Amino acid sequence: MAERLSNREGIKGMANPTRYGIERVAYWLQRLTGLGLLAYLIGHIYETSTIVNGKIAWNQMLELTQTPQGHILLTLVIGMCVFHTANGIRVMLGHGGIGVGKPGQPEYPYKAASLNYKQRLCIWVSIALAALAMMYGASVLFGD
Amino acid sequence: MAVVETKPSEEPKSNAKTTDQTNTITLRISRSNPSEGQESTFAEFQVPVQKWTTVLEAILYVKQNLDHSVAVRYSCRQASCGSCGMKINGRPALACYTKVSELNSNVITVEPMNNFPIIRDLAVDFKQLISNHKKMKPFIIREDSEVTPESKEFIQTPQDLEKFLQFSYCIKCGLCNSACPTMATDESFIGPQGLAQAYRYVADNRDKGKDERLKIVDDSHGIWRCHFAGSCSQVCPKGVDPAMAIQLLRGYMLGFRK
Repeated sequence: MAERLSNREGIKGMANPTRYGIERVAYWLQRLTGLGLLAYLIGHIYETSTIVNGKIAWNQMLELTQTPQGHILLTLVIGMCVFHTANGIRVMLGHGGIGVGKPGQPEYPYKAASLNYKQRLCIWVSIALAALAMMYGASVLFGD
Repeated sequence: MAVVETKPSEEPKSNAKTTDQTNTITLRISRSNPSEGQESTFAEFQVPVQKWTTVLEAILYVKQNLDHSVAVRYSCRQASCGSCGMKINGRPALACYTKVSELNSNVITVEPMNNFPIIRDLAVDFKQLISNHKKMKPFIIREDSEVTPESKEFIQTPQDLEKFLQFSYCIKCGLCNSACPTMATDESFIGPQGLAQAYRYVADNRDKGKDERLKIVDDSHGIWRCHFAGSCSQVCPKGVDPAMAIQLLRGYMLGFRK
């Protein structure tokens, strides 16, 4: 009821990357990969904690990652990690006011200086690096 | 004239472009009255348009000829007053500043801006936006600002002026707050409009209230909730670029700027 009265878009609006260009897609990917990495971290802690139950339990747990599903998961983790790091550096620099352009007299059609080609290039480079890392990771994991 | 009411999900699609001649488009207007518990529905109207017809003119045609009860706020019709912000085909924009022909569709859907409470139909409540704007102390703060017979003007170079001029063009239309993904979920967030205005005064070398303003925005619902999605700057109709202002303001907080 309160949501309807306030007309807030809520999570659905926040998670919709389609309407505001590549910068909003990068924002969405950054959040998504952040959540994915958090889930991986929790899973990783659970996985490595099995070592306290002895060598057999540890080996059984390791076998889970030696399956095709395990390899796909690890490939995704590699991609998430690379994108989150590369794009995160762009965002951190931007947060300090670095690379967001200089204030000036706006002229029609009012292209925002903060959404400049350097920012867009960094986003595409982050995506490309993630794709390359995933390809390399997949070739190593599925290689033999 | 037939008026068809449809549910929000039933959106007819068309890619036909408008031409130089008079064309007829389908204008879908979101109708709702939350204070009386009326759920949102769409009313459809056939509206004649020409190449230069704006979305606001199309809505006013409906009010004048088909259904005068449509609630819409507007004033200057030239992107100066910031009254007619609404969601046009899914994106926040000024109705007076958006030509029907540039939307490349014969079906135009207008809805109230998100992240603002709906008063009725397309009119939304700006109370929070204005209150957050006021919180930023949108005026020059300095002890000698009172005009006396001995007063001299505050001299600024063109370079000094350029540091904040762009951000002083804000017309408080609310489009940036409507597009912001943080505003979508955090009702206490100051919003890109307020934060950009804080920077406008912080960057003004006549102003002495920098520390005061930085204290206000240094809040968990303040500047730290901006994640630089850039959507505010995408939709700003005046080239204010709130995303830049917020990042530059954060530069002060992080010690990159003095």
